[in-house]
Amino acid sequence: MITYIFVFLAVLAVASALAMVISKNTVNSALFLVLNMVSLAGLFLLLKAQFLAVIQILVYAGAIMVLFLFVIMLLNVEDEESLFSRFRVKYFVAFLVGIAVFSQLLYSIGSFSEMLPEVAPEMTEAGTVEAVGEVLYSQYLLPFHIIALLLTAAVNGALMIAQHKIKPGASND
Amino acid sequence: MDYLHDINAFLPGVIVALAGLVTITIDAYKNDHGSIYGLTVFSLLAGLILSVMDMFGPVGEAFTGMITYGGVSAFGSSVVLFGALFCVLISREYLSAIDHEYGEVYSLLLIATAGMLGLVSANNLIMIFIGIETMSICLYVLAGIIKGQKIGAEASLKYFLLGAFSTGFLLYGMALLYGATGSLYLTEIAEGASSDLLFIAGAALLLVGFFFKVSAVPFHMWTPDVYQGTPTTITAYMATASKSAAFVALLIVLSKMIPAETANWAGVIEVIAILTMVMGNLIAIVQDNIKRMLAYSSIAHAGYLLVGLAAGTPEGYSAVLFYLFAYTIMNIGAFGVVAYYERQQGLDFTDINNYVGLGFKKPLMGVLLSFFLFSLVGIPPFVGFVGKYLIFAAAINAGYIALAVILALASAASVYYYLRPMVYMYFKDPHKDVPLVRSGIVFRSTLVVLAALTLYFGIAFGDLHNLLSSFYTADWVTHLVGQ
Repeated sequence: MITYIFVFLAVLAVASALAMVISKNTVNSALFLVLNMVSLAGLFLLLKAQFLAVIQILVYAGAIMVLFLFVIMLLNVEDEESLFSRFRVKYFVAFLVGIAVFSQLLYSIGSFSEMLPEVAPEMTEAGTVEAVGEVLYSQYLLPFHIIALLLTAAVNGALMIAQHKIKPGASND
Repeated sequence: MDYLHDINAFLPGVIVALAGLVTITIDAYKNDHGSIYGLTVFSLLAGLILSVMDMFGPVGEAFTGMITYGGVSAFGSSVVLFGALFCVLISREYLSAIDHEYGEVYSLLLIATAGMLGLVSANNLIMIFIGIETMSICLYVLAGIIKGQKIGAEASLKYFLLGAFSTGFLLYGMALLYGATGSLYLTEIAEGASSDLLFIAGAALLLVGFFFKVSAVPFHMWTPDVYQGTPTTITAYMATASKSAAFVALLIVLSKMIPAETANWAGVIEVIAILTMVMGNLIAIVQDNIKRMLAYSSIAHAGYLLVGLAAGTPEGYSAVLFYLFAYTIMNIGAFGVVAYYERQQGLDFTDINNYVGLGFKKPLMGVLLSFFLFSLVGIPPFVGFVGKYLIFAAAINAGYIALAVILALASAASVYYYLRPMVYMYFKDPHKDVPLVRSGIVFRSTLVVLAALTLYFGIAFGDLHNLLSSFYTADWVTHLVGQ
């Protein structure tokens, strides 16, 4: 059963990533990205990494995607209207059914040829909050601090670009 | 874990990072560029002195094996800090002259330098990734500080998009290497190295990421546009400090992590090196914009450096390290003089055609530019010659005769475009009388010091070369026995 869920989620992740790239409507792309993140979170859950799964949803699917949608909707309003007028339930159902059938096929082929991996038992201990926290503050202490520095620099840089006015007469075009 | 020992081992990085945070705070409370600039210079100088002292000290690991200190890492840190210090010294006058001196520029430069210090001392793929990202994200912002101009915005956006793309390659390569060997530590990956597909694919993707960062052909497309749109002294920083950091990291990865016998990357590097030398030099010949010319020249220099890496011997590696230092000195100098001309009003002094007769108007700047360009060509009394000679000799000794011949031919071709600005400056009459503003004392003396260094290390290169070979061979032996 777990292997079947794995194949389903893997196919869903790849399919939604493809759909995100192919889709012409930016809002649809963003929504497919959310779907991609959720299926990745599912994969993490299968690996018994609850913490990573929750963070995946919280950080990516939650905060970043809301931001993404805001930007898209602020940039061109027509997309928002076309999203609700053109969105059809049957396409979505067709997408899901297609994924289900395709992953079923892959699962059958995979189990017939005995190619599917098993989850290693030591993986189950690595994904908890305690384990992640402990590693973060001992083994990965220095990278952790440099990431903090990186984020500070990123915020500072974004502020710098946004804050300073374009100097009059500096334009050369 | 002995934290004091670890912090002491990464002290230059700690000082620079703290200075970065303090400058952000100072900038928030009082808009005083003088104290920010002073603190920046002071912290970079302190870091430089510490890491130069570290070169003569012991070699070891810190922060649970995340970083190494001493030896190659200390030399890499010194080159990066040297580049950063001299770029900051010439930046202030230039940035205030073009009216874009912001306090954030210094904090971003400091944080980027801290990232580079992590990168050159990395002993773990995570450190390499975070170092590269810290450096790159600061550079994406710095590329776009002249946002009133189209070319500045283009530089920043192009650098950001292509950089993010290449980061994908880098990260995917690391993930595959982790999958193949089950470790992120460079030495442990080397022990688990095999020639199965997963490992080879991981190593290849990792190399693609690195080739992008060092702007090797065919991953060089971003370089000329970014170098052209970025404020010139920041370009000098990108071309020297960030490139040196990426090259030292590439050298560490190649020498420590991917043993040549399993992955056989020498052939790959050889092809890329030939492409980079030939393309870089050929395209540089037709450039009229001096910043684009220097960008293609930096691509060509990446090709020469890759020749040393392809040789794959301790001799080749120490030659690459020496060349990085030489390249840093002369390139900051060249960009510095260009920055001096560029900020003059009246004419577009990035166009080589407008350099006519400038050599006699400001004799000092003319002579300095000639020094740096002669050194970039590789003419004997200057440091560029020594660097090229060491790489040439290493390639010959390792049996790469074809590579060495192409290196010599490519440098011969480079004479044309390096000497062209000089011909314009000295052998043509000025067609328009443009008054040149005098440069400040700090700016001028920084360039004079750089010129003196090109001459000093061009003549008295023996000590530095011996030092590099000595700690490299020591390093090499310990890593061969498996640490």
